Amino acid sequence: MSLLDDAGAATRPEIGVSSHPRRRAGRVPLALLVPAALGLLFLVLPLVGLLVRTPWTTLPQRLTEPGVLTALGLSLQTATLATLLCLALGVPLAWLLARVEFPGRRLVRALVTVPLVLPPVVGGVALLLVFGRRGLLGEWLDASFGITLPFTTSGVVLAEAFVAMPFLIIAVEGALRGADTRYEEAAATLGASRWTTFTHVTLPLVAPGIAAGAVLCWARALGEFGATITFAGNFPGRTQTMPLAVYLALETDLEAAIVLSLILLVVSVAILASLRDRWITSP
Amino acid sequence: MARRFRTTLAGFTALAVVALSGCGGDDTAEPGSGNASPGVSGTVTVFAAASLTESFTTIGKDFEAANPGVKVTFSFAGSSALATQINQGAPADVFASAAPANMKAVTDAGNGAGTPTTFVRNQLVIAVPKGNPDGVTGLTDLTKPDAKVALCAEQVPCGAAAKKALDAASVKLTPVTLEQDVKAALSKVKLGEVDAALVYRTDAKAATADVDGIEFPESAGAINDYPIVVLKNAPNKTAAQAFVDHVLSDTGRSVLTSAGFQAP
Repeated sequence: MSLLDDAGAATRPEIGVSSHPRRRAGRVPLALLVPAALGLLFLVLPLVGLLVRTPWTTLPQRLTEPGVLTALGLSLQTATLATLLCLALGVPLAWLLARVEFPGRRLVRALVTVPLVLPPVVGGVALLLVFGRRGLLGEWLDASFGITLPFTTSGVVLAEAFVAMPFLIIAVEGALRGADTRYEEAAATLGASRWTTFTHVTLPLVAPGIAAGAVLCWARALGEFGATITFAGNFPGRTQTMPLAVYLALETDLEAAIVLSLILLVVSVAILASLRDRWITSP
Repeated sequence: MARRFRTTLAGFTALAVVALSGCGGDDTAEPGSGNASPGVSGTVTVFAAASLTESFTTIGKDFEAANPGVKVTFSFAGSSALATQINQGAPADVFASAAPANMKAVTDAGNGAGTPTTFVRNQLVIAVPKGNPDGVTGLTDLTKPDAKVALCAEQVPCGAAAKKALDAASVKLTPVTLEQDVKAALSKVKLGEVDAALVYRTDAKAATADVDGIEFPESAGAINDYPIVVLKNAPNKTAAQAFVDHVLSDTGRSVLTSAGFQAP
């Protein structure tokens, strides 16, 4: 979450709200400090559990196993593509929800969160019923264009995007609703069309919010398991992402599963940390 | 500023709530009541291989009917996942595995009470959509370039058996997916996403409304033994033993054989 705070911090000067001097902060109330510490502990302890059980001696040997790098590469690639797909579709949808009054908006807003509530495995079955070989759209896609999505890398991207898009939409919509609309109104007064206002005023204004949403979205896509294994299946090099490899390793070899989890964790944290530095230094 | 902060905060709280609601659902077994009466009572928690879902559900009901006051709860999953859970301290009373290897993982860790008993055997068939639209008669039909086949991953018993059968037949097969358990492989056939899957005869029989099971000779070389054992840390050992006895009794056997299992 610190990422998001930083992203938010970067916007503050732009919005032009005077910040309070830090020296006025005073003592941290115990009523906040204790639950905060417990919360942190709760989040970090499972990670400690993983580290304690990591077989450090065999780690290098595990790392060089060919299947590991393939699964890692596939995970990074599909999660990134899924995030791009979510950005292309999710940002406009978030804008619509935040800026346009239309009948049934509350319902649409609730529908957007459905993939969050749906168990991912159920999401995978639902995707099969729509995009599968005999699905509502899948049958037509197959007959007209010869496109089949299940058991393909595209299927992985689709499953990840389905599960991860709500995270992006909620973050971007929150940023849009929190942003000062006077800039957009000023642009409109000066004769800018709604599209120009969106591209030249709204997007730069909420860029940190979009970045934060994209990070959440990417992270969720990277860890996606249920919808992926149900919709896209599991085949090394094609649809076996890291979480799937971890699950199957767990079937026979707990230590291998721990190593795989750790690799996924280290790589994703490294990527997120390097991105964060870029955001902080950028205006 | 304050409004903005509140909106963001509300957003994250909503996210947190949603995320929390996504986890959980972990069934915790009630410990046995430790009743001193000679009869059995309390709850028996049985960890059983996914392929035992239908027959053990029936056996569980029979057992409850024969022993009023006893409740049987099942956790059906891939045998390997169950073995891992047991070795990590899951509060189970009985473990029924679809392969000796997973049972060995549990007994080697010292978590079995006594020696496991092989109670049934199972064999693979080719599951195809009802009516066998592609006219599959044997393993070689599955190697056609446009045939989409689901196998179990080698890490789970049905996948290990499939590999053994394919090796025995010298058939090289490229599946489109390696599923995490036998039911997942079967559901890909049911949904029409694959043309065939190698599953246990019992699973094909349980899904007879949607699939046909095609027998093939090479499966004789890959018969799976199913062992069952009372667990060392069973919260309700008396009832656990009674359940195992019931599975091994004639009543239990007849349920299992009518589901398509073979006697050991």
